[in-house]
Amino acid sequence: MSEHYSERELQQEVSDLETKSTTAARLFDIRRIIGGLFVVYGVIVTIAGFTASDADLDKAQGVNINLWTGLGMLVLGLLFLLWLKLRPTAPPPPDVVPEEREE
Amino acid sequence: MQTPTYLAAELRLPTNWLDYTILGIYFVVVLGIGFAARRSVKTSLDFFLSGRSLPAWVTGLAFIAANLGATEILGMAANSAQYGVYTTHWYWIGAIPAMVFLGLVMMPFYYGSKVRSVPEFLLLRFDKAAHLFSSVLFAAAAILIAGVNLYALAIVVEALLGWPQWVAIVVAGFFVLAYITLGGLSSAIYNEVLQFFVILAALIPITVLGLKSVGGWDGLSDSLTQARGDDFMTAWGGTGIGSDNPLGANWLTIILGLGFVLSFGYWTTNFAEVQRALSAKNLSAAQRTPLIAAFPKIFIVFLVMIPGLVAAVMVPAIGTGGSDLQYNDAIPYLMQQLLPNGVLGIAVTGLLAAFMAGMAANVSSFNTVFTTDIWAKYVVKHREDGYYVRFGRLITAIGVLASIGTAFLASSFSNIMSYLQTLFSFFNVPMFVVFIIGMFWKRASMKSGFWGLLAGTTTAMVNYFWIYKQGIIGIPSDQGANFVSAIAGFVAGAVVMVAVSLFTAPKPAEELEGLVYGTRSPGMAEPPAEGDDAWYRKPALLGWGAVILAAACYIPFSF
Repeated sequence: MSEHYSERELQQEVSDLETKSTTAARLFDIRRIIGGLFVVYGVIVTIAGFTASDADLDKAQGVNINLWTGLGMLVLGLLFLLWLKLRPTAPPPPDVVPEEREE
Repeated sequence: MQTPTYLAAELRLPTNWLDYTILGIYFVVVLGIGFAARRSVKTSLDFFLSGRSLPAWVTGLAFIAANLGATEILGMAANSAQYGVYTTHWYWIGAIPAMVFLGLVMMPFYYGSKVRSVPEFLLLRFDKAAHLFSSVLFAAAAILIAGVNLYALAIVVEALLGWPQWVAIVVAGFFVLAYITLGGLSSAIYNEVLQFFVILAALIPITVLGLKSVGGWDGLSDSLTQARGDDFMTAWGGTGIGSDNPLGANWLTIILGLGFVLSFGYWTTNFAEVQRALSAKNLSAAQRTPLIAAFPKIFIVFLVMIPGLVAAVMVPAIGTGGSDLQYNDAIPYLMQQLLPNGVLGIAVTGLLAAFMAGMAANVSSFNTVFTTDIWAKYVVKHREDGYYVRFGRLITAIGVLASIGTAFLASSFSNIMSYLQTLFSFFNVPMFVVFIIGMFWKRASMKSGFWGLLAGTTTAMVNYFWIYKQGIIGIPSDQGANFVSAIAGFVAGAVVMVAVSLFTAPKPAEELEGLVYGTRSPGMAEPPAEGDDAWYRKPALLGWGAVILAAACYIPFSF
């Protein structure tokens, strides 16, 4: 336990790593995935709602729960896609665009 | 949190191809996120902390989802079926104040000092003994909790879908292993955000239909008041000191034990949570992470409490000898009774997603602490950064395999596991003492951290396992004993820290810059990013707004 860790060294190390980091430039936008998945789920569950049997309706207290849940999920998915369209991911500043070489 | 150990066998859900299609799509998307996030990982900082670059809404929702594991969902519904509206304490007093404190007071020190983990902060503020002690305990606890989550998943999947336990353990373990090894923390966080919305889509229909089936809120409230007494539907009824209530706690132990010590320990020093905030893109986003999470947290209680209460009305004998159903069966029972195919698939997906996210949060914090805090500081030092990324991937695989092993162990020794879980939960309490004293008292010496941790942990454990379990002091329930042990551990840790500090040398003032209240580190001097000065992004407004909202939520349940 002789070696000493100073705050300065540690901050230097993390700062160096931050300049080399590629997450900001290369990570995709999660809004696209949430939007896509909820649109797909919304469509599937809404269709299940349109084709609901009487047994399904009775089970769910007379509510067409598939229809309502499906429409809700569809709207949420579309809202995420709309948000993505209105406020697209900011392009990375040109000086930090990393080289395309994979390790 | 409770582990759902037994689920009644007759809970088999009537799933069909539609439900399995929905579940299948989810698994494909989970893996897709892992593969797509892979290309963003270049440095160890990318792998372990998403390069400190994520926006606040993403880290905020991941912060809440990391806690919203299925043990929490099933456990809190069970709590509600057993104790009634007391469950709200775990949210409004047991979470919100601590989350706001983390965001407003502690985050500048955590994020500004550029540490990559909670133990690393202890290394800077105290010494290597405190650092190594907390790193090793955290790593062991993370694997154990990941394993317990996996085992809980296997039991639920076996009861609901009829898969053998080992199939569920191996399948879920494989998916978590794949997406974290590929994409690191980014992939874990993105999956948590997705899981948050799927869980809402699962819980909202259950809550709405459940309420409708018992005649709305009024019907629910009348039935339960009649069956369980007046206090069941109130938050504070029967919690006077000396009066008897099923929770076994009074207002003082609720506020001090749950609201202050346990909850501050969990929310402010548990790295599985704090890690999400440390991956935010700047100080403002890091501060807003727990504050953004606080708002859904205030309302999620209704989505777990109402199904629990509804189950208590539909099956009056739930959890007693008169019924095969356990308290933990509340939500699965409502799924079986109320949801048609389609929404049922969403609900099953939501539960599985929650189990996997609960496990993934522990695995992704474990690999960070093991690599940056244990391996890189004490075992293989000063290697090139690429080595630590490779090692991080390797240790993720080892960690997942170890939790699969823990899950199989838990299936044969479930009592031992719940004991161990309680044991580790006491470790958060002295962590919080050491943090709070270390952050606010410059004089706290380098050596005091380790001794405070040791004394607090020991006292909490002695109080729980010896004084309570051996019956030396009568406390009516495990929950009540938890609260008291937490308070004892807090006091002991604080006393020992102060005593040790008075007899040992303080840390030189210039080494405390940015670590102690009243000092600033270079990272905190950065100007706010563009747009962060908008009123709705002010941390103080968000934080106090959450506290006031949580307090207001108590009003309808207090009189």
